[in-house]
Amino acid sequence: MTRDEIVLAIKDIIATIAPDEELGGLEMEVRLRDQIELDSMDFLDIVMELRKRYGVQVPEEDYMQLATLKGCVDYLGPKLESKALVLTALKG
Amino acid sequence: MSEERRYFRGSGDGKKPRATDPLAKARGEYDLIVIGSGLAGLTAANVLGSLGHKVALLEQHYNFGGMATWFKRRGGHVFDVSLHGFPVGMLKTCRRYWSPEIASRIVQLDGVRFDNPQFQLDTTFTREDFTEKLVTHFGAERATVAAFFDYLRGLNYYDDPRDTVADCFERFFPGRNDIHRLLLEPIAYANGSTLEDPAIAYGIVFSNFMSKGVYTFTGGTDWLVARMKDELRRNGVELFNNVAVERITVEDGRATGVVANGRHLRARAVLSNANVKRTILELVGPEHFDPAFVREVEAIRLNNSSTQVYIGIREGCSVPWITDLLFTSTRERFDSPALCDFHGKSRTFSFYYPKVRPGSERFAIVSSTNANWSDWAKLDEDSYAREKARLIEDTLVQLERYVPQIRAIADHVEAATPRTFEFYTQHLQGASFGTKWEGLRPSMELSSHIDGLYHAGSVGIIMSGWLGAANYGVITANKVDLFLRAAAQAAHAPESR
Repeated sequence: MTRDEIVLAIKDIIATIAPDEELGGLEMEVRLRDQIELDSMDFLDIVMELRKRYGVQVPEEDYMQLATLKGCVDYLGPKLESKALVLTALKG
Repeated sequence: MSEERRYFRGSGDGKKPRATDPLAKARGEYDLIVIGSGLAGLTAANVLGSLGHKVALLEQHYNFGGMATWFKRRGGHVFDVSLHGFPVGMLKTCRRYWSPEIASRIVQLDGVRFDNPQFQLDTTFTREDFTEKLVTHFGAERATVAAFFDYLRGLNYYDDPRDTVADCFERFFPGRNDIHRLLLEPIAYANGSTLEDPAIAYGIVFSNFMSKGVYTFTGGTDWLVARMKDELRRNGVELFNNVAVERITVEDGRATGVVANGRHLRARAVLSNANVKRTILELVGPEHFDPAFVREVEAIRLNNSSTQVYIGIREGCSVPWITDLLFTSTRERFDSPALCDFHGKSRTFSFYYPKVRPGSERFAIVSSTNANWSDWAKLDEDSYAREKARLIEDTLVQLERYVPQIRAIADHVEAATPRTFEFYTQHLQGASFGTKWEGLRPSMELSSHIDGLYHAGSVGIIMSGWLGAANYGVITANKVDLFLRAAAQAAHAPESR
């Protein structure tokens, strides 16, 4: 996955979890929870989806790394390098 | 506690053994065994089943649901035990971890009312409406009210738990016993919160309710649990009722399964939805833990128990609209321990109109109080029967203030006490809301003491109630999934060690 694809992968997971949120204008460096309504259960779901879709493990102490889209790309980049993008909510 | 086995249904007062083996179809080994089917156990089992793990769910009662339960009585009566109302978050939880169909049955209550010597009011139980009531009815400063709500909403797990509810109330609304009553009484009935508990535990639950009000299920608890069982089966979870787990087996510091009905069922992981103290001190046993941890667990305080009075209305009779949830008291001032008084002056009424079960024309009323186990535990059978009769009579007297004709239209009346809750749920001391704050850490850290052993259920006040329990099931399921995947990987690649 490229960095752009990782952003898409995250947005697709968020779109599954929070189907009512508009994700087009998300800023890379602003905390996700300041831009859309995401609570701690939503973050847990993002982590569970990452594991389910890509086999990526995010230990609890690293959750903070996923606070922004840029943080997600930086943290997940090496882990997702060899994985293929999976789209469910945003496909088509 | 009674030494006799309990068999509940269809077996001569629960004393006769069952003729069939409830575990006849169980296989010898699972990825995960879940002990107990409260909303935490059910939700964890569903999430882990949907992730492809082989899960068995064992429930000691014949109904699944734990405290999320109901019962039927002759005359067509159905009584919901704990379907009083939950925060809107349950909608998301059901949509995501159960099914859109279950989520679609969640509706907002039409009314919440307070009636006590200090104030009488109807509210939507939202931040907006509470703000208006606090400003116009109670004369509080709007800015103070806003600061209070913001403070509670901003509280985090890692904040200092020494700030108590009383401290917090006194900071924002000093000396305003009436405001303290408005703010705490409903939450005390929802999860056993008191003025002495950490503000954070109160704040999280109160803020959850205040975000959008109080919600319930259309269809009743029986409909909900039936759909949940369908969903669990669809996800491959094997369900076993009438199975009382006697012990969790531990070998070389790892959970290896359970002994139930005299049979050893093996599993890579065990998730207990039994009371956390019972899980650690009785089902596993203190000998498997280090003494400091055992002392910490022994010191965990339980939340209070409850009494309830169930009033079934005769077919063809009706109750006029009053409200859905009525917090009532004849006590002059609010006092948090007094909510648990033996034959106290405060109770809630949950009114169940036909709208709760569309297609039915029936009405029911359930009265609840908080209660102390110690007041009921030691009564001999005669005194116990007498005190239950008094509980019923006190309840009817209070209910007559709102439904004057209640004695004429009531067709079935019965009471539950802390002993009833203990009998049916096996919760220590009949605890209705799990444990106080300090139960949270041992529950969350259980797997760091014994590999593959997890707990989810009502702990720390914040994990209590329908939403808290269900979400805690998901939080624990996430950890179990991580553990099972790692275990499977290790099993597939033994040479890489």
